[in-house]
Amino acid sequence: MQRANNRAWLAVAPVVLVVAFTAIAPLMTVVNYSVQDIFDVHTRLFVGLDWYRETLRDPRFLEALARQLGFSALVLALEIPLGIWIARCMPLQGRMTVAFLIVLAVPLLIPWNVVGVIWQIFARPDIGLLGAAVTALGVSYNYTSSALDAWITLALMDMWHWTSLVALLCFAGLAAIPPAYYQAAELDGASRWQVFRHVELPHLKSVLTIAVLLRLMDSLMIYTEPFVLTGGGPGASTTFLSQYLTSMAVGQFDLGPAAAFSVLYFLLILLLCWLFYTSVMKRGDEAA
Amino acid sequence: MSAPNGKAHWSLYLYCLFLLVPLYWLISMAVKSNRDILGGLELVPGNPTLANFVEIATNPAWYGAFINSLTYVCLNAALSITVALPAAYAFSRYRFLGDKQLFFWLLTNRMAPPAVFLLPFFQLYSAVGLFDTPLAVALAHCLFTVPLAVWILEGFVSAVPKELDEMAAIDGHSFPFFFFRIFIPVIRGGIGVTLFFCFMFSWVELLIARTLTASEAKPIVVAMTRTVSASGLDWGVLAAAGVLTILPGLAVVWFVRRHLVKGFAMGRV
Repeated sequence: MQRANNRAWLAVAPVVLVVAFTAIAPLMTVVNYSVQDIFDVHTRLFVGLDWYRETLRDPRFLEALARQLGFSALVLALEIPLGIWIARCMPLQGRMTVAFLIVLAVPLLIPWNVVGVIWQIFARPDIGLLGAAVTALGVSYNYTSSALDAWITLALMDMWHWTSLVALLCFAGLAAIPPAYYQAAELDGASRWQVFRHVELPHLKSVLTIAVLLRLMDSLMIYTEPFVLTGGGPGASTTFLSQYLTSMAVGQFDLGPAAAFSVLYFLLILLLCWLFYTSVMKRGDEAA
Repeated sequence: MSAPNGKAHWSLYLYCLFLLVPLYWLISMAVKSNRDILGGLELVPGNPTLANFVEIATNPAWYGAFINSLTYVCLNAALSITVALPAAYAFSRYRFLGDKQLFFWLLTNRMAPPAVFLLPFFQLYSAVGLFDTPLAVALAHCLFTVPLAVWILEGFVSAVPKELDEMAAIDGHSFPFFFFRIFIPVIRGGIGVTLFFCFMFSWVELLIARTLTASEAKPIVVAMTRTVSASGLDWGVLAAAGVLTILPGLAVVWFVRRHLVKGFAMGRV
């Protein structure tokens, strides 16, 4: 039982201060910009929701949004099942487990632009092992000129980069299942699929929820890796939301539209995460 | 498939191969000269050379960038733990006005795309005179490391029985003595895991680090995006810098390897 004590706010105050400085003040600035037309520091005009209307009608925004949703759906569909599979393949203890854990953790600790560099070096048809191998097989492959190849390369890179996170989370979930559950399932003559469906999956629910949430929000924010690997091209075929926003905000200094874009973008991520979270929780309540 | 304590499945080895081959290729590039890289494919470097690493170790633009990065990553980790630990303790042990809302609201910061913060960050940190210092990047990265640190530490704090707090009070220890001399040693594993994740998310970030620095505090990840020399892209040096950026991560994962699964097992990343 927790004690009620409003003096605990004192302990939370430093966090609130730091977050106020790093998140609230900037967010308020963005909201402020999004309803003004700013010519210079002293000349501003209140424009209401005009920038929002303009953003929602901007075909380049809508295309980037469609690409973004497609990309996130694609990598989630690839990484979540693969991550579960990898976690189930891990031995639960022993010397090899530590070795596998370290190998799995490595991609997570590489700076994101280095991930881009690694895949650039790996996939280029002239100097890359993968690019050269695929070309040698007689398949024409060039991620800088073909949109399809660029997407395949990005999806592969994202799998390489992030499947480990799902796998590590699931492994931790599997490691927490008491062996008695497996023994009981064995006594009942359960098939492998039944063991997975009725023993393992229910225990993985909370870690999987976290894994999907993290991958959902992070894939929606992806910037650095495509920036290094494809630069958003060929054409605009791999320009996702962050990329487009950055080019608007830093490249062209369109404060108003970029701010309206930012607010919509943040709300979109919040909304998708909330929808997913509540639907999982609701289904959990019905099952229980 | 593995039942508990089963052997590793062959597909796991295959997956590890998939993880390691691009890394191998990076390392092999790092020990080649540019002429060899562009001259044709070699599976094993024919004339391995350390020239690329020597270039990085002797060029202040390169090693300075490394020092800048390590500076803000360490600052960020120290700052995050310092503010997050008392908050995690409060969230775990007490009920107070707005606690649930505050906790959830902290987490929503993790969902904010860094691109959204570019404009205000630039102006905010310029206004307070922190632009182009490691401290600016360290503070800005608190945006996602502090909520994360609170979240992870709260799990570890809650795993410590409350009886520990009560025993210390009965023994007549003051709260500060209890917190620093008894409690912190008990959850040092949790602090290690938290440091790991703060390090991980601060070290790998490019967009904010690039926006908040110009020349003085330029971090390594930014230096790497500008490695165009007179003769075009310097692949060898780029690959060598890439290899060096992986090393701190490897060191950190090695130190927390025993706690890592526990950290993940709490479902908190």
